[in-house]
This record gives sequence, structure tokens and C-alpha cells, in this order.
Amino acid sequence: MPLLEVHNLKKHYGAHKAVDDISFSIERGSIFGLLGPNGAGKTTLLRMITGIFYPDGGQISFDGRPFKAEDDILHIGYMPEERGLYKKMKIGEQAMYLAQLKGLSKAEALEKVKTWFEKFEMQSWWNKKVEDLSKGMGQKLQFVTTVLHEPKLIILDEPFSGLDPVNANLIKEEIYNLAKRGCTVIFSTHRMEQVEEICDQIILVNKGQKILDGTVHGVKQEYKKNQFKVLTEEGIKLPASAQFQLVQQNGHEYTIQLAGGTSTNAVLEELIRNQVPVLGFTEILPSLNDIFIRLVEGTHATTRAFQAAS
Amino acid sequence: MNKTFIIIKREFLSRVQKKTFLLSTILLPILIFGLYGLIIYFSVKGEEDIRVAIVDSKGVLENKIQSDKTLSFTFLKQADTAQLQKDLVDKKYSGYILLPDSISRRDSLQYHTRNNVGLMTQGKIESRINKALEKSSLQTLLAPGVTLEQVETNKTKVDLKVSKSDGKTGNAGFATALGFICGFLIYIVLFIYGSMVMRGVMEEKTNRIAEVMVSSVKPYQLMIGKIVGIGAVGLVQFLIWGVLMLSLQLLIPVLFPQVMEQAGAAQAAVDQAGAAKSSMLTTIMNNLQSVNMFMIVGLFIIYFLGGYLLYSSLFAAVGSAVNEDPQDAQQLMLPITMPIIFAFVIMTQAINNPDGGLAIFGSLFPLTSPIVMMARIPYGVPAWELILSIALLIGGFLGTTWLAAKIYRTGILMYGKKVTWKELWKWARM
Repeated sequence: MPLLEVHNLKKHYGAHKAVDDISFSIERGSIFGLLGPNGAGKTTLLRMITGIFYPDGGQISFDGRPFKAEDDILHIGYMPEERGLYKKMKIGEQAMYLAQLKGLSKAEALEKVKTWFEKFEMQSWWNKKVEDLSKGMGQKLQFVTTVLHEPKLIILDEPFSGLDPVNANLIKEEIYNLAKRGCTVIFSTHRMEQVEEICDQIILVNKGQKILDGTVHGVKQEYKKNQFKVLTEEGIKLPASAQFQLVQQNGHEYTIQLAGGTSTNAVLEELIRNQVPVLGFTEILPSLNDIFIRLVEGTHATTRAFQAAS
Repeated sequence: MNKTFIIIKREFLSRVQKKTFLLSTILLPILIFGLYGLIIYFSVKGEEDIRVAIVDSKGVLENKIQSDKTLSFTFLKQADTAQLQKDLVDKKYSGYILLPDSISRRDSLQYHTRNNVGLMTQGKIESRINKALEKSSLQTLLAPGVTLEQVETNKTKVDLKVSKSDGKTGNAGFATALGFICGFLIYIVLFIYGSMVMRGVMEEKTNRIAEVMVSSVKPYQLMIGKIVGIGAVGLVQFLIWGVLMLSLQLLIPVLFPQVMEQAGAAQAAVDQAGAAKSSMLTTIMNNLQSVNMFMIVGLFIIYFLGGYLLYSSLFAAVGSAVNEDPQDAQQLMLPITMPIIFAFVIMTQAINNPDGGLAIFGSLFPLTSPIVMMARIPYGVPAWELILSIALLIGGFLGTTWLAAKIYRTGILMYGKKVTWKELWKWARM
């Protein structure tokens, strides 16, 4: 049974359809990537799932039951893209406060905060104020306050922005650990290499609509162009053939486009027959980045300038 | 534990534990009273006892001038300037005055002294001499056998008490003062704590904590928690101020016994001069009894809370709508501050004419009633008007809270757009 199911979710602001009929489901313990250009409606979608906004139409079911904001938000941890903490508040008190608002008792909260602070080596910060922290430290604190109450669903909006590689790895490890322990993670980002690395399942949203849904592997298979990379020896030319077309040559590295219905073995056979020494033969799978750009640009419809993934 | 309660607790504690709170709540009244005490201390202690020698060969002023411990007069028949100068050096006298044989109303006298003479001392000597001269010239106007004392005892000072047909008595002057103070306090409270709520909401918005918060609690809980928490800060602050003022007021006579002595002496002089008449203090006490202090304090708390709840939710709505720019806040605040100022204006009218149409309207209309009604209460207000006014106030704050919650819910997550009142209205209807 999926942890979260979304059916035909809609949210309109006047004539503007921020979220227009989106459905998907997320399996328990999986890491789910929510992708889309700026202004695609990701934040609105997440705000409906976290109970901040009421949908104009459609249903959300959480843990097998219809979503009820008051109770279910206790089992959700949300880290918005725009980080926010009380600047004048001491770090320990702040973590305790946010944990108690998630329904933890004072004793439970204290125990959890201590455990997490130890894990992230933050014990000595307890009496510091947030305004005295560096951006990266603030980010770590924000992550801790998000996952402190061991939510069933963790929603992270751009969790790695502003983190150095060491801290980014630390958080990535924690995300894996949480997923292993049964937490479900929704991961909203522009950074495709992280999505490829981390996510089990992705959806791509643009102009309030879902335009792609599947596993990372499945999506790549779906959008592959049947192109292959052939590595030969210096000075060898590939023969012209009806079975494939030459797309690009880079020294002794060729990119070929297979004609429809041609199998790889047939191509290899032909190459061998023509005395071409094949050193390497690999399929070129499109990167998520390519797919993303192809799909989003194809719609010619982004309201705001699209920021290329870095 | 209830989430709203957790929020209230944080809002309350984070303000009460601040150093500025302790400073403004405890140190400020102590500072004011300390200053007040110092002034009294120096005005009492700083003055040396003054002994003035008056050379009065004709005996014009003798026995007519009033002497006491701090300012005493000695009369000499002969003018021996050399001897007087020597007496000044010996500090037998602080100064001396040579009185001419005949003195008219506009003459000036010379006060010879070796010390500097303060304005107060100079005024005191002047008024004593004037009084004495007045007495002596008045006596000549009176018919034979009539003494000045007899004239004095016939001067009257009646304290007018208004007795309305419903049997209540009151003193207009006292009611005016009490009403004005209560109304003014509520006026200040609305501004101070209202804008505190607004700043708190703005802080949450600019810190971007708002989105984290509303993913844990309902926006309504967040808003109410802030309003109630800050309201509690206000109540505690008032309580501390009240206790401090009272205890300091009681401490003054202990610390400065001379003050009371002097006040007592002055009172005795007044009593002596006038007919037996109740002292100022007893007048106030009588008036306090006539206006039922418990009712006033009770109603003050009701209107304090009602007015605060009504306006602070509006302030919260404005705070949620503005971005970083404080100037936007100024603009949006105007429609809220206008009725408060308007209420203050009505109040000043109501004090002069407590049963006028404007006063009655102002004391029923929930946006102005907390201020205007406080000004009317000491005069006595019919029960049905009070009940209607409080009912309207409760309805009013439920209404504004409901309205503000809708604006707040949208505004707290809205960034980058400059918001107009038209827009706020749209959010409220959403």
C-alpha cells in the first residue's frame, strides 16, 4: 500500500492554474523526486500535501486514509526551500519548540534533540542564537528540526543548497538511513545529478501538470534515442550502412543512431564483417537533465525563466 | 500539551525574558520615582532655614507677617547697617530688609544678603511680605470692630457634587480625570501592544519561519498564540507597574518624612485660614467611594482585553501582508490607527458631555468603545448601555479575528508583492 496517494489534485488562483489535475502515488520507504522548472507548481503541490493549503479539487490519501491535516501533519516533516528559524532564539530551545509543536512531549523532545545534535556534532551550539550561525550550520539545524519527530513522510525542498560537500554528504547519508528505516522522502530539486543518484521514482511537473512519471531507469529507457557509442582503433572509418546512421565523430569515438527495428547484434555483426575492430560498444542513455530540458522546452510554456540545472 | 498553549508560552517567555522587558518594566518606574524623589529631596533638604531681619521703625508689618521654621522674620526698630552687616557675617540673619516709612503697593524693597537667593526663596519672601502688607491695608478698609479673621472665615469654597436623578453622586472634576486617565491608558495600550503583535508577525514572515510553522500548526493557532502571548506580556507589565507605583507611593513618606510634614503644615495653615473643611485627600477618598472602584478596575480589564484583541488581530493581519519594507506597514496601518485616534478625539468630547449622542455612539461602536466607554464610566452609565457595548465589543473582536485570520493565512506565505487593501479584501473573501 502506498504511503501517499494523490488523485486529480487541483489548486487555482483565479484564472491561473497552479496545480492542474495531478495524480501520483509514493511507495513506503522510497525516495521520490519532484522535478520541475520554477513556477511549475511544485511548492503549491507540496503545500497541499503538508496541509498548508486546501486543494480546490481532488483527494489526498495518507497512510491508507483520507488526508486529515490536523492529525497527519504530525507525521510529516517539511523543510521549505526558503529556510526559516527564529533568529533570536537559542538553538536548543528552538529545536525543542519545533519538536513539541509536532506533538512530542517535553521529555521525548529533549531526548530526540540530544540524539540528533550528537549525531551532527552540534551539542556545543545549544545556547547559541540562530543569528550567530553560518548558513551551513543553519541548514543542518533546519534539517534536524525537520526529521526530529521521525515523520513517516519527509519533504525536502532543495535540501543541499548552501551546503559544502562534506555536510551535503552527511545529509545525504541521513536521507538514505531514514529511507532504510521506513521513512518516505519527497525530494524537490533542480539538481538532476542528485536526483539520478538518490531517487527511486520521479515525476516532472510543468505548468501545473504532470508530464512525466516513473522510475529513474524506466524514464531513461523511455526517452532513450537508440544511440550507441562505438569505440574503435585510430584511423578506422565506420562503413556506411542501412542499419545505422553516423551522428557524430570524435577521434576514434563514434556516435551512431540505430535505424528503427535494428538490433545491436545485427549492427555488431555488420561491423565485424567489415573488419572494424570494436573496442567498445555502449548504449547512450539520456541524462535526466536532457530529458528535463527537452520536455520543458518542448512545451514552450514556462511562465518564468527556466534555470538550467547546474 | 495543546499547540496553541505552546505557542503562547514561547511568545510570552521570549519577551518577558528579554533584558529590555526587565529594563522597561521594572527600571523605568523606579527611575521615574527616583528622579521624583530626588527632586523632592533637594527641594526640601537643599534649602537652608532663612532668617530675615526687617527694619520696621513704624511697626507696619510687625505681628502681621507669618513666620515658620524655614522662613522666619525678626523685627528691628533701629537701622544699624554696620551691625546688620556684622550679623550677616555671623550668620545671625540670612539677610535684612530696610522698610521705608511709608510703602505703597508698587514700591520695591531691597533684600541685602551675602548668599545667593534661589527663585523659590525669593518668591516665598515676596509673597509673605505682600500678604502682610495686604492685611495691613485691608484692615484700614474694614468697618471698625470687624477683624480680618472674620472676613477670612466667611470666605467659602464649596465642592460641587452632582446628584443625578438615579441617586448616584459624582464629582465632575474627579470623573473627568479618572475617565481621561483610563481612556488614555487603553489608547496607549492599543498602540504599544498592537504594534508589538504586528512586528512579531513581520519577524516571522521575514525570517521565513512562517512556512515551517504552518506545516506544524494551523495559521489561526499561530496568530492567536501570538496575540494571547503578547496580551499576557501586557497584563503582566501593567500588573508590575501597578504594584511598583503603589509600593513606591507608600515608600515616599517613609523615605522623606519632611515632605509629609511640610504638606501637613501647609494643610494646617489652610485649615486655619479657611473654615473647617475636608482635606484634599479625604475629598479624593470620598470621590473614590462614590464611583465604585471595583467596577472601574473590572471594566478597565474587560475593555483593555476586548480592545486589545480586536485591534491586535487587525495589526496581525497587516503584519502578515507586508514584506520587508516598513514603509508598506505604515501605509497599511493607517486604516487601523485612524479609528483609534478617532476614538481618542471622541473621548475628549465625551468627557465634557458624557451623555451626548456622539459619546453614546462612540461608547457602543466596538472600534471606539474601549476608549470612549472608559471615559464615560466614572459618570455612571446605564446598565443596558454597558451590556450592549460589551456584547458588541465581543462580537467585534470575534469578527476582526475571523477576518484577520483569513488575511493572515494567505499573507504570511505571500512574498515579493506589494499588497493593497483591495488585495487584502480579496484574501479575506477567499
